[in-house]
Amino acid sequence: MKLLIKGGRVVDPASGRDEVGDVFVSEGRVVNSYKDKPEKTIDAKGLVVAPGLIDLAARLREPGQEYKATLESEMDAAVAGGVTSLACPPDTHPPLDEPGLVDMLRRRAKALSRARVYPVGALTVKLKGERLTEMSVLADAGCVAFSQANVPITDTQVLWRAMQYAATFGFPVWLRAEDRWLAGDGVAHDGEVATRLGLPGIPPFAESIALAVALHLVRSTGTRTHFCRLSTAVAVDMIRAAKQEGLPVSCDVAIHHVHLCELDLGYYDSSCRLEPPLRSQRDRDALAAGLADGTIDCAVSDHTPVDDNQKQLPFAEAEPGATGLELLLPLVLKWGAARKLPLARTLARVTSDAARVLGVRSGRIEAGAPADLVLFDPLESWRVVPAALRSQGKNTPFIGYDMPGRVRTTIVAGNVVWQA
Amino acid sequence: MPANPQLNANGELQHLLSIEGLPREILVQILNTAESFAGVTEREVKKVPLMRGKSVFNLFFEASTRTRTTFEIAAKRLSADVINLNVAVSSQSKGESLLDTVANLSAMQADVFVVRHASSGAPYLIARHVKPHEHVVNAGDGRHAHPTQGLLDLYTIRHYKKDFSRLIVAVVGDVLHSRVARSLIHGLTTLGVPEVRVIGPQTLMPAGVEALGVRVFHDMRAGLKDCDVVVMLRLQNERMSGPLLPSAQEFFKNFGLTADKLALARPDAIVMHPGPMNRGVEIDSPVADGPHSVILPQVTFGIAVRMAVMSIVAGN
Repeated sequence: MKLLIKGGRVVDPASGRDEVGDVFVSEGRVVNSYKDKPEKTIDAKGLVVAPGLIDLAARLREPGQEYKATLESEMDAAVAGGVTSLACPPDTHPPLDEPGLVDMLRRRAKALSRARVYPVGALTVKLKGERLTEMSVLADAGCVAFSQANVPITDTQVLWRAMQYAATFGFPVWLRAEDRWLAGDGVAHDGEVATRLGLPGIPPFAESIALAVALHLVRSTGTRTHFCRLSTAVAVDMIRAAKQEGLPVSCDVAIHHVHLCELDLGYYDSSCRLEPPLRSQRDRDALAAGLADGTIDCAVSDHTPVDDNQKQLPFAEAEPGATGLELLLPLVLKWGAARKLPLARTLARVTSDAARVLGVRSGRIEAGAPADLVLFDPLESWRVVPAALRSQGKNTPFIGYDMPGRVRTTIVAGNVVWQA
Repeated sequence: MPANPQLNANGELQHLLSIEGLPREILVQILNTAESFAGVTEREVKKVPLMRGKSVFNLFFEASTRTRTTFEIAAKRLSADVINLNVAVSSQSKGESLLDTVANLSAMQADVFVVRHASSGAPYLIARHVKPHEHVVNAGDGRHAHPTQGLLDLYTIRHYKKDFSRLIVAVVGDVLHSRVARSLIHGLTTLGVPEVRVIGPQTLMPAGVEALGVRVFHDMRAGLKDCDVVVMLRLQNERMSGPLLPSAQEFFKNFGLTADKLALARPDAIVMHPGPMNRGVEIDSPVADGPHSVILPQVTFGIAVRMAVMSIVAGN
């Protein structure tokens, strides 16, 4: 099938290209041009044509928590948000620690033919931090990396061995740095706001101490390690230094943490109950700056559908997480505009840079690359209301906000999978 | 920050959730109203008809005897009907959600919900979901606030010291876990107390506590110097030995109030405690029962203050 996307503003973050032009698609891939007439032409005048977004953290709630969301609803949300590839963390029920589960998830996702799904396997059995999973079997089943999601390994011996074992096969390990003992029963940044609201706090060094431990292990094992959901200024500095040292590390930040801070908790707004917690304004500014200077490689949605029953609870009892697949693009655009970044650099953090971390060929518009594309109107704004969201998760701190950037068309492997 | 959820469109007290964020005028209104009720409790017929026909639901998700009883007495003296619900052992244990419990009680025609909950912020959640004519009074939520306790502490201080503007007040002990401390500190700073001190070990001080407008002391003797008011906080049994403190004895040695430490405060200093007291842990018996102690009058004032709060919210 030959597809022509005509007259759009083509933005390719990988090459820095940003110009009005046409994009030719043939057999699911971008091509330079073709002689014959296209079977389908999309008029992209006034729209940005960019690589589809690659989201390194989106929970689809399958298997096990279909009452919160289903693959159908969340894959709809993904493509409605212009996300064409997503990595899903292993904290499903049961966790993704067996090849059968991974295989089923991939088959189900494939049958829906919307976004591409990249499962991240569990690093330890049941995420308990005790026994290693069969990583090479899981990799055969399709796992692209191994992770503990939000469940840190407390036994450093196990973490060390898990990283060594993964390094044996060249598997990347994705870790969220949090010292569980220091995090304790905390639910908010240990600072003025938590003190005023009487919420148990998580000190910022719960992150930096765990990060320091993990960086030492990276140094020793050489494991390619991606640090997930940075939340503190100190961690950004540590990653910057680690990269300068030449360690094989990368990292991401949840897009919420680029825009929000502890003050947004207001009067116990449980939509701001997130993991890691929203931290100080200083931390937020350092995250936004780190994302701009490339210390932080990617922004992710950290999409976590939570049903209302689990959010309509006192703050500490509410389930952490927010819906995000449909907000990633607008919130990244908002961040880029606030920092006056060129559009190509803004989008790089959710396309080409994420593709590099994931090790995939998408995330770029060049001959031979998969034709995963998003066409969006950068000027049209829309208001975040529950009814506007395709995701079954309606909880987000951004309810009521006006968002820039309306997705018009999403294309995966040359097929139109979403049309607004 | 959204609008203050405690106030109605006219800026009047709709719910009492926290002392923080309440204007000085409302605090003074509550204290003055309480003063007018103080006489009632000494009369032979200890009742006024201000809340006749209204229903007060005591909704205690966390066990309490003293606070619940004083709310009950206060409501009865206002001629309200009082319904006590020990939710900790009823519907919640059957899995009913907090908001479902409240919706069910609301269907039974409540006017005032007096709520105690182990989770900080729970009364805010309830206040967001009740009907416009219903009022929520926070009787203690997690570590966050215990506003009627804070108000009765303010009432007690005003009763003995008259003027807030020249006082040094010290709050001693487990500030980290104390809703009483937070409520009192907000009240004192709102009413213009020039120096509020908190005294305790670092392990019992919340992060950034200075931002509440207090001076932090780790040396109790230095902290008590020239104080007009000393407020001792209760230390929960389960926190007396573990990662926060080595033992009750060592806590008493450093932060327990004894007569010789109290001698560093002003000669006319008053000693307060929200109760229940741990004698020999945070306070020495001779001090608790001594001439500086106003711990029992606090309990009496508590009834008048709770009458004031309930009658004011029910009237708005």
